[in-house]
Amino acid sequence: MSATLSTPAVGSPSARVAGTGHGRIVALGLGFCAVLCLAGLFAPKWLTFLLTMAAANGLVSLGIVGLMRGGVVPFGQGMMLALGGYTAALAFNKLGFTDALGLALAGGVVSMLAAAPFAPLLSRYRGIFFAMLTLALSMVTYGLLMKIEVLGGSDGFNLGRPTLFGQALPDARVGYILYVLTIVLATVMALLARIYFDSTRGLVTVAVRENELRVEYLGGSVRQAMTINFILAAFCGGLGGALVVMSLGHVEPNFSFWTTSGEFVFVAILGGWQSVAAVFVASTVLEVVRSFSSAYFPNTWQLALGLFLLFVIRFLPRGIGSLWMRGNNR
Amino acid sequence: MAGLLTILIDGLTYASWLFIVALGLTLVFGVLKILNIAHGSFYALGAYAAATFVAWGASMKWAPWLSLVLMLMAAVAVAAVIAPLTERGLLRFFYGRDEVLLVLVTNALFLIMEDVTKLVWGANPYYVSEPYALFGNVDVGVQSYVGYDFLLVALAVVVGLAVWWGLNRTRQGKIVLAVIHSAEVASSMGVNVSRVYMLAFTVGIFLAALGGAFTAPMISVQPGVSVGVIILSFAVVIIGGLGSIEGAAVGALIVGLARATAVHVAPVAELFSIYVVMAIVLMFRPEGLFQRIQARKI
Repeated sequence: MSATLSTPAVGSPSARVAGTGHGRIVALGLGFCAVLCLAGLFAPKWLTFLLTMAAANGLVSLGIVGLMRGGVVPFGQGMMLALGGYTAALAFNKLGFTDALGLALAGGVVSMLAAAPFAPLLSRYRGIFFAMLTLALSMVTYGLLMKIEVLGGSDGFNLGRPTLFGQALPDARVGYILYVLTIVLATVMALLARIYFDSTRGLVTVAVRENELRVEYLGGSVRQAMTINFILAAFCGGLGGALVVMSLGHVEPNFSFWTTSGEFVFVAILGGWQSVAAVFVASTVLEVVRSFSSAYFPNTWQLALGLFLLFVIRFLPRGIGSLWMRGNNR
Repeated sequence: MAGLLTILIDGLTYASWLFIVALGLTLVFGVLKILNIAHGSFYALGAYAAATFVAWGASMKWAPWLSLVLMLMAAVAVAAVIAPLTERGLLRFFYGRDEVLLVLVTNALFLIMEDVTKLVWGANPYYVSEPYALFGNVDVGVQSYVGYDFLLVALAVVVGLAVWWGLNRTRQGKIVLAVIHSAEVASSMGVNVSRVYMLAFTVGIFLAALGGAFTAPMISVQPGVSVGVIILSFAVVIIGGLGSIEGAAVGALIVGLARATAVHVAPVAELFSIYVVMAIVLMFRPEGLFQRIQARKI
C-alpha cells in the first residue's frame, strides 16, 4: 500500500486511524495495568489466579482476533498454546532456564517459528478450509504430544517454580508476581496490537475482510497480510501458552485438542474483532463463568456456556466490543 | 498377506459406520451450508437411545433379532424428535450468517448436548451386547472376525445407495439438489426452501443417529464418544470434498484404511495418521478429492 493512505490530516476525525494519536490509549492502558497490579496486592489468591488465567488465555485469543479481522477464524489456536507451553516447560526442565520473562518470550518465539513454515500456505485459505486446516495441524500436534514418551505422553509433565531476573520467588509471593508479569505482558501486547491494528497493514487486513479483489487492485498484498497475521497470532498464542503453563505448573497434550481451540474461538467471538480490550473482558467472563459454574453446578457448566454462547451470537453478533466501539459498524 | 487382509477388513468395517455418519454431515453441509460440530452429539444420542431401547426390549424378553429393529427405531426416534426441534428452534435463526459463525453455533449446541446427555443418561457406560451375539464369528483365512462387523458394511452400502437413489432418482431429491445448487433460484421457482432445509437436516441427523445406534454394540456408550466422532467425520468429508456422496465414501475408506494400517503396522501413529492424511489432502486439494468446481457468484 502506498504511504499516502496512512497520513490523513492531523486533527481530522480519522487521525487515530492513521496510527497516530495513540497516546491517550497507551496512557489509559498503562494506568489500568498499574491499577490491576496494585489491586492484586489486596485481592484474594483465587482472584489473582483467575485474572492471570484470563489475561494469559486472552493473549491466545488476541491472536485469533488478529486473524478474524481479515475474515478467517482458526480452529487450531490450541496448538500455539501447546507449543508455547511445552517450550517453556521443556526449557525449564531440560535446559535449566528458569527466568519467567525469558520463558514467556521463548514460548512466543518458538511458537512463531513453528508456525512460520505453514503461514504462507495458510494465507491462501479462507472460511471453512482455513478453520479445518488449522484444526488438522493442531490435531496432528495433539497426536504427537500424546505419543512422545519424553514429553510425558497423555499425562504431560510438571514444571517447578520459575525465577524472575535472577531472583527466586518466595512461596507467599509467587502467585502475585506471575500475576503482575502476565498482566504487564498482556497490556504491552494489547497496546501493540491496537497500534498494529490501526497501522496501514492492520487496516489492509480489515479491507481483505471486506473485499480481497479490491485490496489487490489497490496494490496491497492480501497473502502477505494474512501470512504476517498468522505468524503474529502464533506469537500471541505461544506467549499466552507459556504464561498459562507457568501459573498452572503443568502442561499436557489437551492444550492442543480441538475443544480447547474452540474455547479460544469462543472468547474471540464473544469479544468481537473491533476492540482489543473486549478480548480480555471476554476472556475474564469465560474464566468467571467457568470457575463459578464448575464450583456450583459441576455437571452443567458446558450447558451454561453453550447457552451463553448462543445468546451472544444471536444478540451481540459483533461481540462485547460492539457495545463501546462505535464507527465502522456494518 | 494375512496381515494385509486383516488391515483391509478392519479398515472396511471402520469405514462403513464412519461413512454412514459422514454422509449425514456432508448432506447437512451441502444443503444448509452448516458444518455441524454437534453431528457427533447426534451420533452419541443415537447410541444412547439404542442402548435404552435394546435394554428395554431385553427386559420385555423380546427375541434377540428384534434388537436390530429397536436400534433402527432409536435412530428414527432421535431424528424425528430432536432434529426438527433443533432446526426450527435454533438453526433457522442463524441462516445466511458467516459459515464460521455457524460452526460456532453448532459448537454451542455440542456443549449443550454434552451436558444434556450426561443429565439424562448419567456418566456410567452402557453396553449393548445382544445384537453382537446374533451374528457369531466368521472365519476368513486363518483369522476370525465378528459377524456383526460385516452387517455394518452391508448397512453402509444400503444406506449409501438409498441416499444416492433418493437424491438423484426421486422428485423430492431433485428439489433438494436444486436447493443445494441455489436456494435463491429454487425458492423463486416455488420450492419451499425451509421445508427442504428441515428435511435435509432430519435425514442428516438420522444418519448420524443410525451410525451411533449400530456402533453402540461395538463400543461402550459413555460421555466423550461424540468428541472423537466429530473430528473423524470432519476428516472424512474434508478429504472427500464437502457435500459429495462419493467423496464421503472414498474419504471414509481412506480414513478407515489409514487407521487400520496404523493400528497394525505402527500403533504409535494411530491417533494422528488420520489427521496427517486430512492435512495433506487439505494442502494439495483444499476442496477435497471430489468437490466439483463451483461457479463464482457475484
